[in-house]
Amino acid sequence: MAKHKVEASEKTAADPTSVWNDRRVVITGGTSGLGKAMAVSLHDSGAKVAIVARNRAHIEDLVRETPALHGVAGDVSSKGDIYPITIQLLGALGGVDVLINNASALGPVPLVPLADTNCEDLELALQTNLLGPFRLTKALLGSLAASAREGRSPLVLNISSDAAINPYPKWGAYGASKAALHHLSQIWDQELSLQGIRVLSLDPGDMDTPLHTLAVPDADRSTLKSPATSAREVLATLQNLLVTTDNAQPEARQ
Amino acid sequence: MIAATVPVQRPPDAKLVAIDAAGQITHFPRSNFPNLLRAGDVVIANDAATVPASLFGIHIRTGATIEVRLAGRRSLEPEAVRHFSAIVFGEGNYRTPTEHRQSPPELRPGDGLRLGSLRASVVCLLDHPRLVLLSFEGSSEEIWRGIVRHGRPIQYAHVPVPLEIWDTWTAIAGPLAAYEPPSASFILNWSTLDLMIRRGVYFGTVTHAAGISSTGDPKLDARLPFDEPYRIPQSTTRLVQGARERGGRVIAIGTTVVRALEQAVGTDGVLRAGEGLATQRISRETRLRIVDAVFSGTHEPGTSHYELLRAFVSNEVLENMNKELEEHSYRTHEFGDSIFFERMNLAGANVNSKKSEGCGTLGLPTQFANNGRKYRRSTLRKSLNPRQLSTIFSFDSAYSRMVP
Repeated sequence: MAKHKVEASEKTAADPTSVWNDRRVVITGGTSGLGKAMAVSLHDSGAKVAIVARNRAHIEDLVRETPALHGVAGDVSSKGDIYPITIQLLGALGGVDVLINNASALGPVPLVPLADTNCEDLELALQTNLLGPFRLTKALLGSLAASAREGRSPLVLNISSDAAINPYPKWGAYGASKAALHHLSQIWDQELSLQGIRVLSLDPGDMDTPLHTLAVPDADRSTLKSPATSAREVLATLQNLLVTTDNAQPEARQ
Repeated sequence: MIAATVPVQRPPDAKLVAIDAAGQITHFPRSNFPNLLRAGDVVIANDAATVPASLFGIHIRTGATIEVRLAGRRSLEPEAVRHFSAIVFGEGNYRTPTEHRQSPPELRPGDGLRLGSLRASVVCLLDHPRLVLLSFEGSSEEIWRGIVRHGRPIQYAHVPVPLEIWDTWTAIAGPLAAYEPPSASFILNWSTLDLMIRRGVYFGTVTHAAGISSTGDPKLDARLPFDEPYRIPQSTTRLVQGARERGGRVIAIGTTVVRALEQAVGTDGVLRAGEGLATQRISRETRLRIVDAVFSGTHEPGTSHYELLRAFVSNEVLENMNKELEEHSYRTHEFGDSIFFERMNLAGANVNSKKSEGCGTLGLPTQFANNGRKYRRSTLRKSLNPRQLSTIFSFDSAYSRMVP
């Protein structure tokens, strides 16, 4: 896993406050790594941000640092948690303009070849990386469509990986689930275009995150991007898209 | 009519009866619903998401087991969750029809309730021993967390399988506003919405706090619908304006949409965006200013939903429709079959606005007035004259081409 797919494009980055101001953003896996970096950055840019994470103590730590963040405890890989999460998100934000499905599961740790992968590990990777984003997006689709009707340019970002494209040995559970998520994103983007909802899949590149440490414990961390750098790049991409979409709206945001 | 007992939102065999402006009655498979729409029409649905509003717990002063069903709040703002109006039942569960449910213990102002992790107290009774205003403890975040952890969707005696939250959410569900599902919108899925858009039909929403459909007490049922907050998005007012300019119809999906739109329109005929409180009871005397047609579930005579239909069509047509529904074994209630009415040219009178009362200015449930009449379901049904139902039906040319 190496190549960065997202490049920061500073020349096109608009004033962040004008784009993110009052946008209602949901980020899953929001207490560590890329998710946390995006949550803090979006909050600083004026967005109303709610994060979803499994560990309530981690949520409370983050909310202590950034009190305006909303935190919802729940596990997106669990079917029974999806509506409780959704209702708490809507209770916090009222609606949703941007959903970032960032929470990911690696599969078996340490990484092993597919032949040594337990079925349960593959299932968990699919539940977290594919079914979770599918279910949460579906539960929030009414809110995203409402956002579109109000000219707020809704979008869903699914965090992908170059393992979704390239078949890396030992990354079978993760790679297969991310490949499925990538494909799902592209199909859903076409299907929802009439409703004015964009669905993207972006690869943030190799980052120095807890997930990467699990996967490659002996990695040379100096070669890895910081989550903050990746967050900046990913958000710059979204920002450019939002500026373009907002400008294409005949009616201004309310 | 027979009750629909299986919680499937779009059963493949669902039926639809359509009544056009001339009073002609036609039957369709409900999946043909988009064929009733014309390019230029504006379809407006209620996008309220349904809160799991049934909370079991303990009435602390007596130790009695109770079921609290949240019925309303005064605003749609997500953080406005400290105060809810609620119906309280005694011990028992949904398998007992609401009219046979035990009464709650005597509820007094100040009484504490323990509902899972939630703590609430009775602020006051709202003119009825089982209708109360509750005040919940904690931040709005804690209250929502308590509701999702402990709350279940309000269940129905006629649906034996317990409803899950996703059974009660429509495809378009967004804002947390309803306590029972705005079930007319069950007909909508994304394929249908895409088809409508492709055919030049416009789609918009209102958010209306659809409330409780049955309280278990005829006196309380006669007060339904309670005052309900709604919100009309700017985009919907533009769509309605566009329909007026094009000569397209405004078609409401569900009675709650009729209620919100007809409340939000000024005497100048202009629909106003923003949040408001629907206090009016739409009936035969109501002059509809916005809605040209309504798509709805089937309703039994005497219910407020049924009375609302009188604003669209004459009593005679309504009675004809009832006979048709019986003859064709239509199913009723949330997961049942559907009706589609175009507005006839009825000489409507004034909108009957009610004023809120009870518990200061909270604007929650209102009073008993039903245009001076009180209905009991059974008596009303008996009052139908069978001889009036003998009209012969013919296909209207506008509809007959849609018959499969």
